[in-house]
Amino acid sequence: MSDAALPNAGPAAGPPVRRAAPRGSLIGQIFEGLCFAAATTLLLSLGGIIVSLVIGGWPALSKFGLGFLFSTAWNPVTDVYGAAGPIVGTLITAAVALIIALPIAGGVAFFLTELCPAPLRRPIGTAVELLAGIPSIVYGMWGLFVFAPLFARWIQLPLMSAAKPGSLLESLTTGIPNGSGILPASIILAIMILPFMAATLRELLLTVPAAVRESAYGLGATTAEVVLSVTLPYVRQGAIGAVMLGLGRALGETMAVTFIIGNSHTFPKSMFDSGSTIASTIANEFTEATSPIHTAALISLGLVLFLITFVVLGLARLLLRQQGAKL
Amino acid sequence: MSAAKLVRRRVSDIAFKIFCVGVTALALVALAAILWSLLAQGFGGLDLDVFTMSTPAAGSRGGLANAIVGSIEMCLLAMVIALTIGVLAGTWLAEYGGRSPYGAVVRFLNDVLLSAPSILVGLFVYELLVAPFHGFSGFAGAVALALLAVPVITRTTEDVLLLQSATLREAGVALGAPFSYVVRQIIWRSARGGLLTGALLAFARISGETAPLLFTALNNQFFNKPWFDLRQQTANLPVVIFNGALSAYDDLRRLAWAGALLIAVTVLAVTIVARIVAQEQKRS
Amino acid sequence: MNTLNPAVEAFETSIADVDRANVKVDVKNLDFFYGKTRSLKGVSIPFARNKATALIGPSGCGKSTLLRTLNRMYALYPGQRAEGEIILDGENILGSGVDLAKLRARVGMVFQKPTPFPMSIYDNVAFGVRLYENLSKADMDARIEEALTKAALWNEVKDNLKGSGLGLSGGQQQRLCVARGVAVRPEVLLLDEPTSALDPISSAKLEETVMQLKADYTIVIVTHNLGQAARVSDYTGFMYLGELVEFGPTDELFTRPATQRTSDYITGRFG
Repeated sequence: MSDAALPNAGPAAGPPVRRAAPRGSLIGQIFEGLCFAAATTLLLSLGGIIVSLVIGGWPALSKFGLGFLFSTAWNPVTDVYGAAGPIVGTLITAAVALIIALPIAGGVAFFLTELCPAPLRRPIGTAVELLAGIPSIVYGMWGLFVFAPLFARWIQLPLMSAAKPGSLLESLTTGIPNGSGILPASIILAIMILPFMAATLRELLLTVPAAVRESAYGLGATTAEVVLSVTLPYVRQGAIGAVMLGLGRALGETMAVTFIIGNSHTFPKSMFDSGSTIASTIANEFTEATSPIHTAALISLGLVLFLITFVVLGLARLLLRQQGAKL
Repeated sequence: MSAAKLVRRRVSDIAFKIFCVGVTALALVALAAILWSLLAQGFGGLDLDVFTMSTPAAGSRGGLANAIVGSIEMCLLAMVIALTIGVLAGTWLAEYGGRSPYGAVVRFLNDVLLSAPSILVGLFVYELLVAPFHGFSGFAGAVALALLAVPVITRTTEDVLLLQSATLREAGVALGAPFSYVVRQIIWRSARGGLLTGALLAFARISGETAPLLFTALNNQFFNKPWFDLRQQTANLPVVIFNGALSAYDDLRRLAWAGALLIAVTVLAVTIVARIVAQEQKRS
Repeated sequence: MNTLNPAVEAFETSIADVDRANVKVDVKNLDFFYGKTRSLKGVSIPFARNKATALIGPSGCGKSTLLRTLNRMYALYPGQRAEGEIILDGENILGSGVDLAKLRARVGMVFQKPTPFPMSIYDNVAFGVRLYENLSKADMDARIEEALTKAALWNEVKDNLKGSGLGLSGGQQQRLCVARGVAVRPEVLLLDEPTSALDPISSAKLEETVMQLKADYTIVIVTHNLGQAARVSDYTGFMYLGELVEFGPTDELFTRPATQRTSDYITGRFG
């Protein structure tokens, strides 16, 4: 099998005439530089966020000092502001949302990886992932128009009327039964971070090698035991990282809570009391800020939020990288 | 093992299983309820006016046309900016400096930016592009959205480029091509599907974002004059929904639901397309 | 003498002489380092012009490492470096100031794993040519045909040059890579275990191609397949633990190996 010889075949023709520089070398010189510039721009934008928050918030920070963090005053008329209310609100709603969402997300993840019948696995898993992408404003609207009235009618009113005057239950349930407040906002927040956490935990559980799970089952362990004593500890670092990612999201969420948190700057004293989060305060008041100090106070709130989430997200990413998970 | 202990293990196993199934059902029901409300309320507000008329003052007829156009304009501009920066940054991480300490810092900060509260990005762009120029603008809104999209694109770009085989790079270099030429002509081309997926995911993410637009693009009751000039305040769906939800007027609320439905459908459609592209990529 | 114990004493070597006038690439005293580890030790080997030289040896002996110094492919990876001399037509390609891109246009390489570029067959073959030459469409068409013919692929793809390179079978993809490599008319062609990923029929076809390419190029082929080395090459070098143990005309090395270690490897006592 030989192909017919071609007329100009063979390097008897000698090496060809070549250009001095290959094609693409001109752009090539600046290409790496462009890529580097882009990567540095990323760095600079994060730095820029911090710097702009500090500069913008400086008037308020210098006026109120460290007491800013602990005062619940919020008076646009006298221009006295304190961050304690929103900070506490942020922390409480995020914590409560996490407490509600975590077991459920875990349950969903375990269900999908261990208990779900095979034909249902893909559809339900896909549904959970798709739902994780629904914009938060949809949750906010649902919370305001659908959940709040239901919450008021079926939970708030019954609890409030059942509480005897002077009892612990009464102190925990004082407030206006209109469906807004710290607890309903936390519940909506929980529903919002639920799909994301379930999808993340499920991906994490899927990284456990089949051999590990199978050997555990092979020893006679029950599903619960395999999951809780073998699989989960295997991905422990990643799981903590995933939880912290969820926490970071919950801390920074704006739209899911703004509508039904009630927007008061004092400490909430009961489950149904109004409160505020840093994000909801900024969202509600920024465009109508009455004075430069008001604006600066809001930006300072942003700085506080940034610092909190930076720490949480940074730790989360470190833990996830240690786990080696690509999430 | 004692019989009592066996029974205990059995019982806790069953309890665990019931818990898992139960909460999954609960979660699915809750999410189905939300989708149901969205569809019911949103469709109720959808009519031809929504697509042909601009946002109304309270009490009069109107639609979402200017908001839809404004959102599309800002998202597209944001994607152009974000793709430029994100693909180049991701390429740098994968092909050039990713293994250096500086690369580790960039990657870490990129991941942090990925999950950072979007309202803070809005504040940053406000300080940068709104306050100094004394004016809200669609351009500022686009920049804020771009800042949210860049980390997604950087991440997916780096991941997909690292998946390309080292031999492919070597084969290009072995022919005497400059390394950057190999990256652009061979590696990028080979990673096409993954890059597209990343772009789609980023687009899905930013099309639903409200908070960063609240004080950058603000809103506009009408179309911009001319319609593509983003130097003015620009109408956009998320802020219209935000204002409409809080308003006391029924027709504005109905428009808000319609807008929410449009956004949710867009996000879902784009995400599904992204997954299909990713599946195709995996298959080849 | 205990020839199966590798690390004991300095083992004997036997390097045949090749008339310098016929040497295209002359490797002199080459050391290669991965970081701190020295993986090539003082290797000196001549590669004869328009002949095929095979490099054989057990895994890890350094044959691929040696091959990759000849087009300085290792330069892609920081931490890898070479010391010594490699003289190509009178010039030391390990010297500073050598244009690596130009070098690689003269010294081509085909890899173990077929790697077609994500483009049409035509563009695959034209890729390297377009880098350095400005050919008219007619000239380019002729060059493509020439290259694909040399790679024994022309008849199979001539009606489908616009088709994607990824759509070919494994054996065809590898021949596409060979066509790509010869299209730029290099002077030396390096083949790194080119048939190890192919089925026997494709391997046989590729071997035939290499035999025909011998007439026009200086070929260096790394292979695990002793039969292939015996069939295809004119000279063979046997390497072990980073050193060149024996080098000489192929039929002599295979029928009358000069060293015990070579003999053991060829007869399958180890490796």
